[in-house]
Amino acid sequence: MSASAPARHDGPPADYLSESTVKSWLLTVDHKRIGILYLISVTTFFFVGGVIAGLMRLELMTPRGDVLGSADTYNRMFTMHGVIMIFFFLVPAIPAVLGNFLLPIMIGARDLAFPKINLMSWYVYMIGGLMGVYILLHGGIDTGWTFYTPFSSMYSNTQVVTAALAVFITGFSSILTGLNFVVTVHTMRAPGMTWFRMPLFVWSHYATALIMVLGTPVLAISVVLVGLERFFGVGVFDPKLGGDPILFQHLFWFYSHPAVYIMVLPGFAVVSEIIPCFARRPIFGYRFVAFASVAIAIFGFLVWGHHMFVSGQSMYAGAVFSILSFLVAIPSAIKVFNWTATLYKGSIKFDTPMLYALGFMGLFTIGGLTGLMLASLAIDVHVHDTYFIVAHFHYIMVGGTVMAYLGGIHFWWPKMTGRMYSDLWGKLSALLVFVGFNLTFFPQFLLGYLGMPRRYFEYRPEFQVLNVMSTAGATVLAVGMVVPVIYLLLSLRGPKNAGPNPWNATGLEWQIESPPTTHNFHEPVLVTCEPYLYSPEEAEREYAHAQHDHVA
Amino acid sequence: MHTPSTTTSPESGRQLLLHHFDDLEQQHLSSNLGMWFFLVSEVMFFSGLIAAYTVYRAWSPEAFHLASRHMDKWLGFFNTWVLLTSSLTMALAVRCSQVGDRRGIVRNLFLTLVFGTAFLGVKATEYRTEINHNLFPGKHFIVPGSPEDPHAHAAEGSHEGGEGHEGAAAHASDYERLREASTVDGKLDEEKFSRNKGHFQLMFVLYFFMTGVHAFHMIAGLALVALFIVLTQIKWFSGYGQTQIEVLGLYWHFVDVVWVFLYPLLYLIE
Repeated sequence: MSASAPARHDGPPADYLSESTVKSWLLTVDHKRIGILYLISVTTFFFVGGVIAGLMRLELMTPRGDVLGSADTYNRMFTMHGVIMIFFFLVPAIPAVLGNFLLPIMIGARDLAFPKINLMSWYVYMIGGLMGVYILLHGGIDTGWTFYTPFSSMYSNTQVVTAALAVFITGFSSILTGLNFVVTVHTMRAPGMTWFRMPLFVWSHYATALIMVLGTPVLAISVVLVGLERFFGVGVFDPKLGGDPILFQHLFWFYSHPAVYIMVLPGFAVVSEIIPCFARRPIFGYRFVAFASVAIAIFGFLVWGHHMFVSGQSMYAGAVFSILSFLVAIPSAIKVFNWTATLYKGSIKFDTPMLYALGFMGLFTIGGLTGLMLASLAIDVHVHDTYFIVAHFHYIMVGGTVMAYLGGIHFWWPKMTGRMYSDLWGKLSALLVFVGFNLTFFPQFLLGYLGMPRRYFEYRPEFQVLNVMSTAGATVLAVGMVVPVIYLLLSLRGPKNAGPNPWNATGLEWQIESPPTTHNFHEPVLVTCEPYLYSPEEAEREYAHAQHDHVA
Repeated sequence: MHTPSTTTSPESGRQLLLHHFDDLEQQHLSSNLGMWFFLVSEVMFFSGLIAAYTVYRAWSPEAFHLASRHMDKWLGFFNTWVLLTSSLTMALAVRCSQVGDRRGIVRNLFLTLVFGTAFLGVKATEYRTEINHNLFPGKHFIVPGSPEDPHAHAAEGSHEGGEGHEGAAAHASDYERLREASTVDGKLDEEKFSRNKGHFQLMFVLYFFMTGVHAFHMIAGLALVALFIVLTQIKWFSGYGQTQIEVLGLYWHFVDVVWVFLYPLLYLIE
């Protein structure tokens, strides 16, 4: 891919970070600055959700409830953990931070199609987020992040309506971001940037954006119905009045299963960029990976019923949903196999982002395969609502999305800030995250299989050993999460030493300065070739040359 | 929507190009596409409700049938006509913006505003009648003809008059008909009766919610139309606001189309 070389001006051109007043940040319409705003907010929410998770793990160290005092408190804890992590971290994390920052640059545009709407989406997100904080400070809610009726609509005495409103509002920020991405990809591509010259990052984000636009409104309507039910007691979900609580589950999962792909497709986006760069090979099967993203987005809408195998759904519906759920594994596997094939005969370098990407591949594969187990009707009945489920989705959400998020932050940090971070600390923390993660969540597979139900704050004494392992792992994981914050922030004190292309990567974003200037490009961009033109042979020659120099 | 805050020679009819677009065509296309995708999102918003309606209607066709008889289909027809006409005037406003007729834009947008307000007015009277008949869901909801219904004595009177079974069925209240529909082999199935009464109310839940959400969209649309009249009048738009008015038009037509679906679903299906 070629972009015009940075034009030579007299004096250094102003980068997007050069203005530093509060007003210039709060009123910015620059997609890069909005990405940074999102980076700060979602990371904050991530740590809030993380602290709550830590408290839960502390509680679960012993079979008796002792740390949090009451089961009720524990219920509120796991609900808030879920709500914050899903709606305020995982859904916006990669698209709103990395997607915002990179998507326009990657297709050679000066900004997203609707910069003001982009800023608005951040404000809408923050309103939802502040309501989330309000709920947290005023007793929380205890319904689980799924707000299942009739508990949420008739019995729970907690802040259900406020939470429903917060989710409703945050959903709009998601819709606005998705809308912006779809339109940008359609209309803002630079000359020569054909659909099949777009980086896979853009393809994945396009698929994500489609799900955001199509799925989120259905979530909105289902939480509005819960609110109505609470206010007026109209009986939409009340069997006594002819309503059906399962209807809520249908509406809810119609969004919330595709939402899983909102969370993980951007992870694929990041990994598809990192793997070719550090294996020095063009991605294997570009079109397959690109279409797999779209296929996942489409199949994702047809599998919501697999959350309701034991909710009284008809057996035939269950069987159909089971088969459809198996089908989602095909495009997901295509991706994993293609990344693996990209590594084959590559000249692999184990820099920090690559460690995260490799970790992602392993953990996502485990999460995906256990997903297949859960998609089988018989096994699902056995492990439904146990820690097996908890372990499965944490392998996808944390092992997948969070690993990819961290990998992406480490990969593009030099581009976003112009600074390199300590490579040693980076690798160390990647290792800590990987080990801590597995120690936390692998025992939960065993616990679930042995029958420990989720969402209880006490458990039978024979489960204690595995629970202690899990808590120990959570501690390691927490350290692995805090360390990057420290060294990344410390790197900001140093000089801008990264240069435009520290990883020697292809892609338009690496052909402009780090950090980029406000309008990204100095001259009109013309794209003339495919993405990922890496050459492992060249990398080997350079490596041998460097070794030779080193010896000499 | 990209409405630049300054006007550059409004008489020229050329629109301002925002810095991140290459040409006006790209800018226009982006705005339009953005609205189309927003409307896709809106379709999904309503489709959840329409799906719920379909499921419940399939469960209790009798209760839904009885409930939908309370909607005034002639008022609904009138409203449909009003709304379709407002779409015509909106389309004319878009056309005027394309040919650069500023007076025409203001005139047609104003007509749209009048028709839209008329629609909401008729809708409000419909709501009032329904609420007066205790048909608003919640605590005060009463199935017409049930023992707690204050308007029920007339129906009871005719029943005591000793008419034939046929005549009684024709004049029977909703309560009695629901009771009848819940009777299996001459015995009242209490559970089914309670469910049928619930579904009778559910029709009104869906009716008020769907038309309410639609009315909310109308109010938002009317506010925008009013705003656009002022902005066109003070020549705030660059050019004639071709892009902005077309995008507003798309939204307006969508709200219109939603009604075209709601009217048969809620009023017409027997």
